Amino acid sequence: MGLIGDADAQEIREQLSEMASPVRLIHFTQELNLEYGREAKQLVEELTGFSDRLSAEVYNYLLDTDRVAEYGIDKVPATVIRNGKDYGIRFYGIPAGFEFSTILDTIVAVSKGDSGLKPESREKLAAITEPMHLEVFVTPT
Amino acid sequence: MSLAYRFAMENELIRADAIEATEFPDLSSLYRVFSVPRTIINQGPSIEGSLPENFFLDAILRTITPAGETA
Repeated sequence: MGLIGDADAQEIREQLSEMASPVRLIHFTQELNLEYGREAKQLVEELTGFSDRLSAEVYNYLLDTDRVAEYGIDKVPATVIRNGKDYGIRFYGIPAGFEFSTILDTIVAVSKGDSGLKPESREKLAAITEPMHLEVFVTPT
Repeated sequence: MSLAYRFAMENELIRADAIEATEFPDLSSLYRVFSVPRTIINQGPSIEGSLPENFFLDAILRTITPAGETA
């Protein structure tokens, strides 16, 4: 059975119709000892059914060590949202509830390659010269 | 969309993780996450709550600007 209901499907399809170019969801998971692992993977895979421009690759956190290192993944479930470029965007956990719409928005922004930020914010961000790691803790509701 | 993600799109040096707090209780406890959203900058200083774009960015920049200097 699908995790995404018919009621949400239409809205998701509509939102993803704004995608300008292909986006890849790179998902990392493991079979054992991962409470929401199965659901997270299923959600990512179901999502790709809503747009031809959206694809998913699933890797095993314990076995695909090259990919884990390439994307700097240190816990699972993890999902990278990227286009031809990896912007450093990662979601850890199952993107349910409010966070699900965050993921949809992010997919559309990444597909456009446009952050949508104000010019003054872009200037300030461009001026940053040291690596910066932002970790935003969220909950589904 | 999370502002942190948008910020990451603007500079290759910035990476942004959203972390589902209840699925990673150890990490949440390490960073003392009692309410969300809570943003941790470079494993150190944090910002509580949801802020408008300019306030959020300025708050982040303040954490990496040495005291006494103006950004």
